[in-house]
Amino acid sequence: MTARPSLPPLAALRFPPLPRALHPGAWWLWALAMATAAGRTTNPLLLTLILAVCGHVVVRRRGDAPWALAFRMYLLLGAFIVTGRVVFRIVFGGGQGDTVLLTLPQIPLPAWAAGVRLFGPVAAEQLLGGFYDGLRLAVMVVCVGAANALANPKRMLKSLPGALYEIGTAVVVALTVAPQLVESVQRVRRARRLRAGGRKGPRALRGILVPVLEDALNRSLALAAAMASHGYGRTGRIDPATRLITGLLVITGLLGVCAGLYGVMDATTPVYLGAPMLTAGLLVAVAGFVLGGRRLRRSRYRPDRWRAGELAVTFSGIAAATLMYLTSQLDPAGLYPSLTPLTWPELSVLPALAILVGALPAWLAPPPALTQEEPEPKPVSTAKEPAA
Amino acid sequence: MISFEQVTFHYPGAERPALADVGLHIGEGELCLVTGATGVGKSTLLGAVNGLVPRFTGGRLRGRVSVAGQDTAHYPPQEFAHLVGVVGQDPLAGFVTDTVEDELAYGMEQLGLPSDVMRKRVEETLDLLGIAELRRRALRTLSGGQQQRVAIGSVLTAHPRVLVLDEPTSALDPTAAEEVLAAVVRLVHDLGTTVLLAEHRVERVLQYADRLLHLVGDGTVRDGPPAELMADSDVAPPVVRLGRLAGWRPLPLSVRDARRAAGPLRKRLARSAPAAAAPTAGKTLLTGARVTVAYGGTIAVREVDLELRAGEVVALMGRNGSGKSSLLWALQGSGPRRSGTVDVLGSDPGKVSARAARALVGLVPQTASDLLYLETVDAECAQGDTESGTAAGVSRALLDSIAPGIPGDRHPRDLSEGQQLALVLAVQLGAAPGTVLLDEPTRGLDYRAKARFTEIVRRLAAEGRAVVVATHDVEFVAGAADRVIVMAEGEIVADGPTAEVVVSSPAFAPQVAKVLAPDPWLTVEQIAAALAAAAEEATA
Repeated sequence: MTARPSLPPLAALRFPPLPRALHPGAWWLWALAMATAAGRTTNPLLLTLILAVCGHVVVRRRGDAPWALAFRMYLLLGAFIVTGRVVFRIVFGGGQGDTVLLTLPQIPLPAWAAGVRLFGPVAAEQLLGGFYDGLRLAVMVVCVGAANALANPKRMLKSLPGALYEIGTAVVVALTVAPQLVESVQRVRRARRLRAGGRKGPRALRGILVPVLEDALNRSLALAAAMASHGYGRTGRIDPATRLITGLLVITGLLGVCAGLYGVMDATTPVYLGAPMLTAGLLVAVAGFVLGGRRLRRSRYRPDRWRAGELAVTFSGIAAATLMYLTSQLDPAGLYPSLTPLTWPELSVLPALAILVGALPAWLAPPPALTQEEPEPKPVSTAKEPAA
Repeated sequence: MISFEQVTFHYPGAERPALADVGLHIGEGELCLVTGATGVGKSTLLGAVNGLVPRFTGGRLRGRVSVAGQDTAHYPPQEFAHLVGVVGQDPLAGFVTDTVEDELAYGMEQLGLPSDVMRKRVEETLDLLGIAELRRRALRTLSGGQQQRVAIGSVLTAHPRVLVLDEPTSALDPTAAEEVLAAVVRLVHDLGTTVLLAEHRVERVLQYADRLLHLVGDGTVRDGPPAELMADSDVAPPVVRLGRLAGWRPLPLSVRDARRAAGPLRKRLARSAPAAAAPTAGKTLLTGARVTVAYGGTIAVREVDLELRAGEVVALMGRNGSGKSSLLWALQGSGPRRSGTVDVLGSDPGKVSARAARALVGLVPQTASDLLYLETVDAECAQGDTESGTAAGVSRALLDSIAPGIPGDRHPRDLSEGQQLALVLAVQLGAAPGTVLLDEPTRGLDYRAKARFTEIVRRLAAEGRAVVVATHDVEFVAGAADRVIVMAEGEIVADGPTAEVVVSSPAFAPQVAKVLAPDPWLTVEQIAAALAAAAEEATA
């Protein structure tokens, strides 16, 4: 977002685009837009279509990095959510319905638990209601999972606005130091046996904690000195007032964005919580970022630029969400299939088209640059040795 | 380029200054080697260049330090990033990011360089240091030499005029050290970078140095051409000591120079031979058969057969990651062993309790301080006695025999590296193991501490123990070991008497062997003895 959109003339665009990593922000915008679209409907046909679209895009455009393989976990999580919702409806009875499928023996509860019913008759309406609700939530979760699989989380950190640079650095350092700490604990634990010290219990804890903490402290000091001599915090001398204002603006703005997103995704919230809140929050946050970014004279190595591919991905997501929004205003009937009376969900043209627009990135986004043909990194040579 | 004007520096609470009235002017494109025993203030001198001393260490600095006219008193270390590149001893501890390319770019990002300039400099630096094929690798998966070169690269991309290196090759095997030094020398020659380099293993660097800064020990610095200062320096590599012994003028600083001057010496030595090591083969204390260590899919040690006998010192050599540590840990019984047997006087240390195992085989790990966790030396010794089940005072007595004069109320973390090693060794010896294994004990030891350590190791063996020392230090091996085992990729590739194994090896030969090859001389002491014997013969 720090990079200026530099769009090449149309003639320079070739199809298919060259393999490259897309700006992670584009994938996140697309995925959030798809999640918004999913939030506007409980129609299982439409929701399944969104699921299919997300899956298709992920399979066609994910790289071979470890996080890209996490998509399966999100699918499992989705399945768990749906099953959980349905099982809950069976156990606690929840909604009533006329079409009783089977009757389970009801467990009598004491009087103070009035209003709660355990088991009893199971109606089709109640099961379907749970299924629709669960499916909507599951699909939204899978959309987020798609973003995680498609966007490189480290590059996402790198594209944080300048005002958030310190937070990004802290996260990166933490990610690097955590495995070192684990390694340090393992090393000392193993070393304990050399003095015939136990590996458990409060006595052992001290024997492990002291060397590990000393190690961690030394490392942090070395890291701080290294960062300082690399020039970290070179231009960080600003007056506290500016820093306070920047922080306030950014945090208020981000809170506003969160509330706004919630409003947009949930159709039952008051209107002012939706788009207006989102816009206001964005404006405040951007003001904070600009103010904070002005004092920094830092630059980015190989920044992700916002190019045609990114625009195409973002637009297809936003188009899908907008079309769904329009449908919900014009013809909401098809989006929320009726439970009483029970009807088959219908698939109307406009929402189906809207969701299919969201599948365009599967072709329009540049394919990921695979790293497979490079030699596989050798296993850690030092960690191989116990004492290293 | 760098100037120190009457610089005196006191650490907080220290009685005598770490630097006393130091005045230096180091010109552009010079490679300055900083030598001195442990704890005389080499790191202090280096840290003062960009202001990390005193800003990160505390203490009081008087006088003026400036780089390219910029005074460290007026600017924080950050403002020196474009002038001074600093690389520490442990590169891994100084890495901020996690991949090679990002690390190279990090410093430039802080300086706010435009992104096309950064891209160009990253590519140039990758080529300059020969690490282009590593660009996308995670830093943690690199070998020590590669990590050190990446660390140098990460400061070079900012195009500093001065490069400060604190013991860049101490933790490296001889080949990796060569790689790093070749890269540094190239910088001096091609880019005119001023390099200030501190190193314990002077023999590795001396030949490249234009100028020597020798810290005497009282805070003052002797400054001059290497050949001149080396004539009477207390920190001298074997090639210099050989030159002094043979009376060569000018004093040779490299093996190449010494070889050219060595003709007459070789003739004088023609009729003598190194004193044959006394046949030490005592009874077998430890037998390992088909010892295999595997971590997941990687095999660290592959079916190694090994026999250790009483009274011998065995050096275990091999590049970083060749399985030396894994083998030691497996022999001691605390590390994993996939298959194979270890037999120590009839029992297997891997199958008995930890207490019994340490009475069979004692191991001092690479980071000896991992074993220390109490507040005072005396407390550690007492705890050691309880652990070993011996009478009170045994560990302390052992410590006094190894390294006399360590105050009992001192905190173990405040000891020097050599003293910490002695303390851990004393605690481990308390259990009276017949076999003692030492993993990389010599890194961080200066020449004097190393000579003392050599004596200790020889004494342990003379008392009837088998001693194994895993090390990269070829000069230490030449002086201390009877037998050398070389490992590569988890297998033993050479096993034999020291002279036989090291003399012919380009990587593991000590300097004296290189100078006098193909004759099997290893140390200056051997030659001194032979010359003395020859002189006696001549007078008789």
